[in-house]
Parts: sequence; structure tokens; C-alpha cells
Amino acid sequence: MSAPHYTLYHPRWYRRRVSVWWWLQKRSYTTFVLRELTSVFVAFFAVVLLWQLRALVQGPEAYAHFLARLRTPLFLALNGVAFLFVLFHAITWLHLTPKAMVVRLRGKRVSDSLILAANYAAWLVLSAAVAVVLLRV
Amino acid sequence: MPSTIALTVARYRPEQESEPTLQTYEIPYRKDWVVLDALNHIKDNVDGSLSYRWSCRMGVCGSCGMKVNGTPKLTCATFLADYVPGPVRVEPLDYFPVVRDLVIDVTDFVRKLKQVKPWIIREGDGAPSDGEYLQTPDQLDAYKQYSMCINCMLCYSACPIYALEPGFIGPAAIALAQRYNMDSRDQGAPERLQILSEHEGIWQCTFVGECTTVCPKHVDPAGAIQQYKLTGATHWVKSLLMPWSHR
Repeated sequence: MSAPHYTLYHPRWYRRRVSVWWWLQKRSYTTFVLRELTSVFVAFFAVVLLWQLRALVQGPEAYAHFLARLRTPLFLALNGVAFLFVLFHAITWLHLTPKAMVVRLRGKRVSDSLILAANYAAWLVLSAAVAVVLLRV
Repeated sequence: MPSTIALTVARYRPEQESEPTLQTYEIPYRKDWVVLDALNHIKDNVDGSLSYRWSCRMGVCGSCGMKVNGTPKLTCATFLADYVPGPVRVEPLDYFPVVRDLVIDVTDFVRKLKQVKPWIIREGDGAPSDGEYLQTPDQLDAYKQYSMCINCMLCYSACPIYALEPGFIGPAAIALAQRYNMDSRDQGAPERLQILSEHEGIWQCTFVGECTTVCPKHVDPAGAIQQYKLTGATHWVKSLLMPWSHR
């Protein structure tokens, strides 16, 4: 009888390949990928802002041209979509903050919902401040 | 209440087949049975060739992690009753190489775990006669949650980042690093920061959050990683503003 044959490492492991569509397999994965994608739209807003500044520097004529461009259906649609994504970005971001922030008051950890509420309150106050500045002008 | 339930189990016998296949077993249904009981029933009465890991059957050893109907679970804590009328699909944990049937190779995790030095590090120990290191209940609370980790690797199996970037040190290892960093008796935080702030460390995580969702011990690895990112970033800013300070 021959001696049993042992191998140190298993030579025939099976490794499953990750599907390109892994992010569609679970709702939380899809939400995550969408959240990552929002960065593109945040960048879009930043570029528009830079464009606006450039038009402002170039004088009233350029600025009027810029405003006319923004009123085209293409830009209205783009801005609409971008706004929705940036809103999604802000909300998901706020909902993640309690995980990253550990606030201790009198030795006890402040609850997640309280941190979340504080974030929303800050958002509301800042938005109101921006609205006041914009509407006064 | 059904008298039987179907268990569809992933089989992989490398000497016979080049990729896993599914095999269905019809077994008695008992409402107090967990998936692991069902597997043990198969092993003892139906098919002795089925391979899987288990030990304590009470959520302490972390051996019996498998995918049940697509979700990483401890099979000792997953009741068949929640999957009636079945079938219940049992597969090995994702993203680890499969050795046989439901058994995965854990070498990668063990190596990463060791990298983060999950033990108390002291800069020179006192003599035993100096007495024990005291700790208040508040100091214990700071890390207790992370110390509940049982190394079951469900979090790795839920993490798409680990799937896409196999070098990522991973949720459990970082949570355990944090367990020691937060321990008032430990002085090894700077050493661990070196390892964890590398490319393969905390910054690979983009906060999917699934690790926390699947964790059977409520360790919250996602929280640990984000909090550690804050520590890492603060440390980086400090070293930029005060390059002369060592920490």
C-alpha cells in the first residue's frame, strides 16, 4: 500500500469572479454606487460656478450670454438632474455622519438621531441664510 | 407547518468538478432548527461527504459563517423557520477561495488580522509587583463594542471593496485595531496608524456600510473605520502643522 499523498496547499481552490453588475445585486450596493456617482454632479455645479465667475469678470455682455445659455432646455434639464443628485448626496452624507462622529456628553454617547437632527438643523439654518442673502439682492 | 424543507447546498469537490454545483437535500423541518442543525442532519444521516466548518453552535467561535439565501450569516443563529417554505440556499462566503463545499480559505484574513497587531502594546512593561492596569467602566465602554468581534468574516463577504481590491485590510481587522487603540491600557496606536493609514488601509473604504449590517455581534466595523479616518486625517494635519512633534 502506498503512503497517503499530502499537498501543503490546496492546488484547486475555486475563486469566483466578481460580476461587473455586482452593484445591482443588492439595494444597498446600488445606493452606494449612486452616492459615489453624485460626485460627478457636484463637480458639474462647481464647473458652472467657475464659468459664471469667468463671465462676470468678462463684463455685462458675457454675463448676459451666460444667463441665456443657462435658460436653454438642455441646461435646465442638466441642472434639474444635477440638483436631484446633489440633494441625494447631501441627504446620504448627513445620514452617514452619526457613524463617523462620536460625540460624548457627560460621559454618554449622544444618540445617532440627535446628531442627525443637529446636522439637518445646521443645513436648514445655512440654507435660510443663503436664501435671505439671495432674496435681498 | 411543513414536514420537510429543501436545502440547496453549494458543492465543490475539486477532485471531481472544476466549479461548484448545487445539490438539493430534502430534510425534516423543525421550527427550532437553525441552518447548521440542518447541515449536521445531512452530514449525519444523508450525505457524509458534505464539508463545512462549525464548532460552538452558539455564536461565539465564528466558524460557521456561510451565505444563506445570498446573505452572509452565522448558520448557528439563522433559523430555518425564517425561510419557510424554502428552499434554503446555502453557499460558502463570497470573496474567499473555496477549498471544498462550504469551506473557505481564511489565510488572507488571518494575515491581515496579524498585521494590525491586535494585542495590547506597552512601551516597557512594569513588573508584576507594580500591580494590574486599572480601567474604569467608562474606559471599558470606549472599546467594548469592538471587542465583541468573533472573526467570523461575514463583513469581508459583504464588502464589495474587498471583492474589488483584495489588498484591502478589511472591516474586522480595522475594527479590532480600533478595539486596541481605544483601550486605555494600550500604547500601540502610533504603530497601528502606520499600517492603517497606508493605501491598503482605511482609505480604501468608501463606506458601503454593509459590514455593519451583516455583523452578528453588532461590532459596527463601518463606524470604526470612519472614526479611524477622522483620527488619521487629524494626525496628518497635525504632522503638517507641527512637523517637530512625534505623534
